Amino acid sequence: MSDVLLKVEGLTRYFDVSKPWLNRVIEREDKQFLTATADVNFEIKRGETFALVGESGSGKSTIAKMIVGLLEPSEGKITFDGQEMNFASGAAMRTLRRRFQMIFQDPFASLNPRWHVGDIIAEPIRTFGLAKGRDVMREVGRLLDTVGLSAADAAKFPHEFSGGQRQRIAIARALSSKPEFIVCDEPTSALDVSVQAQILNLMRDLQDEFGLTYLLISHDLSVVRHMSNRIGVLYLGRLVEVAEGKRLFTNPKHPYSRMLLDAVPDLALSGRRRQQVEGEIPNPINPPPGCTFHPRCPHAFERCKREIPQPVAADGSLTACFAVEEGRI
Amino acid sequence: MAEPLLSVRDLIVEFPTRRGTLRALDKVSFDIQEGEVLGMVGESGAGKSITGAAIIGLIEPPGRIAGGEIWLRGQRIDNLSPEAMRRIRGKRIGMVFQDPLTSLNPLYTVAQQLIETIRTHMDISEKAARARAVALLDRVGIPAAARRIDDYPHHFSGGMRQRVVIALALCAEPELVLADEPTTALDVSVQAQIIDVLKEICAERGAAVMLITHDMGVIAETADRVAVLYAGRLAEIGPVREVITAAEHPYTQGLMGSIPTLTQTSDRLVQIPGSMPRLNAIPQGCAFNPRCPKVFDRCRVDRPEAIDRGGRRRVACWLYDGVKQEAGNV
Amino acid sequence: MSDKTQIPAPRSWMFRAWDSDVAYSFRTSPVAIVAGAVSLLIILLAVLAPWIAPHNPYDPSSLNLMDGFTPPMEPNAFTGNVYWLGTDNQGRDIFSTLLYGARISLFVGFAAVLFAMVLGISAGLAAGYRGGWVDSLLMRVADVQLSFPSILIALLIFGVARGFIPPAYRETMAIWVLIVAIGLSDWVQYARVVRGATMVEKNKEYVQAARVIGAHPLKILVRHILPNVMGPVLVIATIGLALAIIAEATLSFLGVGVPPTQPSLGTLIRIGQQYLFSGEWWILLFPSLTLLALALAVNLLGDWLRDALNPRLR
Repeated sequence: MSDVLLKVEGLTRYFDVSKPWLNRVIEREDKQFLTATADVNFEIKRGETFALVGESGSGKSTIAKMIVGLLEPSEGKITFDGQEMNFASGAAMRTLRRRFQMIFQDPFASLNPRWHVGDIIAEPIRTFGLAKGRDVMREVGRLLDTVGLSAADAAKFPHEFSGGQRQRIAIARALSSKPEFIVCDEPTSALDVSVQAQILNLMRDLQDEFGLTYLLISHDLSVVRHMSNRIGVLYLGRLVEVAEGKRLFTNPKHPYSRMLLDAVPDLALSGRRRQQVEGEIPNPINPPPGCTFHPRCPHAFERCKREIPQPVAADGSLTACFAVEEGRI
Repeated sequence: MAEPLLSVRDLIVEFPTRRGTLRALDKVSFDIQEGEVLGMVGESGAGKSITGAAIIGLIEPPGRIAGGEIWLRGQRIDNLSPEAMRRIRGKRIGMVFQDPLTSLNPLYTVAQQLIETIRTHMDISEKAARARAVALLDRVGIPAAARRIDDYPHHFSGGMRQRVVIALALCAEPELVLADEPTTALDVSVQAQIIDVLKEICAERGAAVMLITHDMGVIAETADRVAVLYAGRLAEIGPVREVITAAEHPYTQGLMGSIPTLTQTSDRLVQIPGSMPRLNAIPQGCAFNPRCPKVFDRCRVDRPEAIDRGGRRRVACWLYDGVKQEAGNV
Repeated sequence: MSDKTQIPAPRSWMFRAWDSDVAYSFRTSPVAIVAGAVSLLIILLAVLAPWIAPHNPYDPSSLNLMDGFTPPMEPNAFTGNVYWLGTDNQGRDIFSTLLYGARISLFVGFAAVLFAMVLGISAGLAAGYRGGWVDSLLMRVADVQLSFPSILIALLIFGVARGFIPPAYRETMAIWVLIVAIGLSDWVQYARVVRGATMVEKNKEYVQAARVIGAHPLKILVRHILPNVMGPVLVIATIGLALAIIAEATLSFLGVGVPPTQPSLGTLIRIGQQYLFSGEWWILLFPSLTLLALALAVNLLGDWLRDALNPRLR
């Protein structure tokens, strides 16, 4: 059994954002494509938590959706436990699908409002035929217990629960197919901080108990630092840095990683003055040439405007930056 | 101490529903001094936005102010006519909301909106108003303000739009700016810029700020004092540094511990068990008592008053009552 | 099995229905209560017609032409029989024909709405979920159909269908042709509303969660999306019922609907209007009032339902 559970190679996704055909003909415009992710490579080891951080438009959710088969990659391949994922083939994917699950951002949208909680959690069990008859609901009761709710809650509807409780229900559903790998897309960003702590603690406990592997998608660096072993930083659909968890926070390499860290509000009241971050994320339909970060980068020079930097290993992290590569910063 | 700029006294806001009346705010009292930044934090549903809406007279019916008083520099404003309130909004109280798109009219250029607001509240010529608008946009950090002022809101990016909203809120020289989650809809890297602009420009003009947010980090960096709301009641209020580093109310303590930070070392976060009660099921006594690790008998019976702890600090918790009971020594 | 894993039965659906916001809104709206009562009364009378009606207007042997043109509440000049609402030209008791007529009208209305609903919901779900060419094709067909008045389409379908049906079956098939004609002229609004709602729902995370585990698209559509798009459909269906009843009356009035041997409210009005100027006003008045009351009540119910289900107005 190999150590790597999930491998992503050259993952690229375009979205066709062209106007309708007739408008294009009349206004003499070409087709327009938005590059949501470009040539993304990473590996997730069994039992670890790998995090992808980035701001809106960085392509982190697109990557998550491609991994679980909600979106088809334009290019590249995804390998799960040595098997290449091919979502078009239903039968071959069926056994593979049971082994990964997803937790969504908005617990108010991720549970069907017309279903009983019990049926929501039982859906994966029934779909994969993991239990029959009365055993299904017994399993549901056990799962509810695992996530800190009571078996009696199965008879209620989602609207009877608070946001944090709903997220527990969503986690119970994700666990119900006994997966090894769970993609968590901003699992706490819709929750209040005190509830966020409960959910993050629960996710950690479950990881220890079931040996789960997580892919954590988040824009919140403090959550990412708390939860992950390794972190990938995304900017405009490209992975600019991959580093061990604590290392990224003590010694960020890429100028964008540094900027993100600087932008985190300082709760410790150390009096540290936040560094002003210049500018905003450019339009992904027409990204800047070369390194997409160069218009905001304090270390940009001629080469950054022409060539796209490739990830280079240094100091235990992979960084896609010419300034780092050439040892200028 | 000088008369406060804004004084909220025992404010009660109620929403009648068919299953009984919900109390969204229950006897909330606080002051904002001239030029001060007061942060207001709490979980969703704790009543922070409703406090803001009550101050500017924009509570959505059937909700209503059912008790208490709001004073703006010695003038009572909670019982004004809608017409009189409209004159106060914009002129004396500026507003910045979460989504910049809702504050800006997409059909008018930024110039039209700014100039109209300025001239509604100030008796100056169109030309003077425009010059003022350009200067303001420049001040909030919009590059090439003189040219961009004639653009429509959708021409601006999210962060730039929020800067325009700040300019709009400040263009009539208000005494108080009410900012309700001003950075929540923005990217992390832009949030810091906006907070800085808001803080600097208000300080420059001597405008006080009431900053409503769920983000303790933003409060820590920006506010002078912070008020913590829980289930429609004020749990704790005091200078930011003291509340953050030495919280007294058990809820605030739990809240501060549950925030993951970039420097923390422990593997587990402090968590408060359970969740905030719904407004129709607030327990008797202290609203926090079922979740409180330091709860004792009195908490389940009597609602704690805000206890003055000195240094402009008040805590609504029986732990700090002079006649602390035996059972409380846990 | 421990106590913990025992799952209590859900609270009875009757309690939940009574306690729901919609039920509450109904209880507090006088218009809705009156409209509901009137609709229910007419529906009950129509359903129970064979047991309530004093005469069977479909049985020619029970008719006496001598009873014709009896005014309401007056004894007939020849036979001395008294009829509540009088009789028509053939001596049929108006009250009985009304009950039987409403029965036909309501049957055609309900059946046509059901047909339009099934067709429209299926098309809307397919268009909204699949998107692409399926969507383009269905919606262009809908656009074209919407550019004609629906009564015209019903007339067209009716005419074409009659051309295909052998004369011997025309009488018995007429009612079904009518249902199909009205239903086909009405499916577009269901399709459009369902398509829009489906496009919103399919991007919600609960649908994505079902897709992640590889649930079959048909199952996702029927079990997940359909229950969540039914609200607006019910509103249209209620208002659509009133429209379908009126459409049936219009077609029957024009003489292309149900045959005179099985009169619906529209047929009765057509018969009645011939006698309006000769003084036999009751033959026209009572069917017209019934149609008006029925259509108005159902329409008001639909209006109320739209408001009750719209969270913004609550």
